[in-house]
Amino acid sequence: MNRSKEWRAGLLFISPFLVGFTLFTIYPVAASIYYSFCDFDMVRSARPVGLANYANLLKDERFLRGLWNTAVFTAFTVPATMLTALALALLLNMKLKGQAFYRTLFFLPSIVPVVASSVLWLWLLNPDYGLLNTLLRPVLEAVNAAAGTALRPPGWLVDPDYTKAALVLMSAWGVGGSLILYLAALGDVPVQLYEAAEIDGAGAWHKARHITLPMISPVLFFTLIMGLIGTLQYFSQAWIMTPNGQPGDATLFYALYLFANAFLYLRMGYASAQAWILFVVIVAATVAVFRTTRRFVHYGGEGT
Amino acid sequence: MTRRSLAGSILGHAVLAALSFAYVLPFAWLVTTSLQPDVERSRTPPAFVPAPAAAAEAIDRAAGFHAAYEPTLVHYSKGLTRVPVLLFVRNTLLVATLSVLGTILSSSLVAYGFSILRWRGRDAIFFTMLATMMLPGQVTMIPVFLIWRQLGLVDTFAPLVVPAFLGSPFFIFLFRQFFLTIPRDLVEAARMDGAGELRIWAGLVMPLSTPAIATVGLFAFLGAWNDFLGPLIYLADQSRYTLSLGLAMFRTQYGNEYGQMMAVATLMVIPIIVLFFFAQKTFIQGIKTSGMKV
Repeated sequence: MNRSKEWRAGLLFISPFLVGFTLFTIYPVAASIYYSFCDFDMVRSARPVGLANYANLLKDERFLRGLWNTAVFTAFTVPATMLTALALALLLNMKLKGQAFYRTLFFLPSIVPVVASSVLWLWLLNPDYGLLNTLLRPVLEAVNAAAGTALRPPGWLVDPDYTKAALVLMSAWGVGGSLILYLAALGDVPVQLYEAAEIDGAGAWHKARHITLPMISPVLFFTLIMGLIGTLQYFSQAWIMTPNGQPGDATLFYALYLFANAFLYLRMGYASAQAWILFVVIVAATVAVFRTTRRFVHYGGEGT
Repeated sequence: MTRRSLAGSILGHAVLAALSFAYVLPFAWLVTTSLQPDVERSRTPPAFVPAPAAAAEAIDRAAGFHAAYEPTLVHYSKGLTRVPVLLFVRNTLLVATLSVLGTILSSSLVAYGFSILRWRGRDAIFFTMLATMMLPGQVTMIPVFLIWRQLGLVDTFAPLVVPAFLGSPFFIFLFRQFFLTIPRDLVEAARMDGAGELRIWAGLVMPLSTPAIATVGLFAFLGAWNDFLGPLIYLADQSRYTLSLGLAMFRTQYGNEYGQMMAVATLMVIPIIVLFFFAQKTFIQGIKTSGMKV
């Protein structure tokens, strides 16, 4: 084949992508930038307003609340899910019988459709009849009887002080994906490294700290970045379980308010500006994590 | 086995059993609630043992608390008539099937162009594609909605299905990685025999790529089955709702009817669990190769 013919064949094969990319990425990115500088309600055509959307956002209390909620939630959820998945993976990595069975049980929650898991957790977390408080109540009553305290099970999704904790708990249930990745990484650690360390008299902690963690650090890093990007866009669970960020805007997450602005209040320009701020936040957070954690990440072949 | 390692393995099993019990408990709660009459008004602790009415009383007496219940399908029959669940299932299957077909067809063709074919500018375009995967969906969400609105296709399945036929970067990437492992000699030999590129794609590359096709098909199906945001943006008329949207609407309208809500949720979860047990290897392999969280 001559070169121009090769070129034509290549473009022909990727043409579905080129059409999709132009229609659903290139044009929307350009349009979104433009809208973010416009007043646009879909009824009248977009009217440029300069930086007004961005300026107004910085004065919008609900926007700032959403930003704060999302930052707090991300700061707790990402480490909580990583630690849960890592703890389960280390347990599953022990040489015990029946690990495949346990692995399946830990993995299953992660494939439950998000709407189904959301309504299920709504019920699990019901303050009066939910499973969690049903189990918690006798424990707290025993504590109260013994210590003379007056502890009561929390209201979870109806108590603004506990809503985020409830959602973190739910995230820790669905860590099956990370679990599989960690297990694969643990399985790839060369046994010789442990044997050599044992000859040198290293204990369990020493081996975990100086062999296991460095060897699986690329995967930990990968899940950290993906978790960060995903959680900053947290939407469906909150939308279903705590509509409109209720109670008390405690779960008014960034993407929730963005969606409401776009499709409920029809403030398309305002929401577009919000989307671009989210983009900047995600890039900044990713870069910050890259900068601060890269020196802990060990890639094979670099030497220790 | 030394005494110490025996003690360790017993402890390990105990911890694993306790934790996996905690992870399974929500599933048990889901199914129990869906089968239990008036669970939301029953005494706590809730009953966990399904038994015929006569035996239930005896079990309760023996346990010393309300432990047994007589299972009933009343929540299923009520839930299914209150909202047209079977119609939602049909809609979801339609969207999912078209998404799977479109994704396998288009993403593999595009991946062929990005791997088997060699041409100027190929890698530049490929890496541009990878870079844009970082872009959060919220950025493009509004203009894309306006395009579909302009086309008069809001409240149809088109916005949920047509993009699948235009290749999705993630699946293109997956196919490409797989195609790169196919020996070049095979492709060259087919070309020597005079086969065109489409012929090679259909007759050689695709038949060699069944694991990749299975992975992409599975994840495309799960994506469509689980998708909530897409239907939420684009579907308005209840007759076109998918299961996700139908269940979310159920929560909004009948949020206190936990029995029925759990019945509908169970119907949504069961096919996925069944799918998992049939395609366990593909699930695990797909997550490992792509790093994708389900």
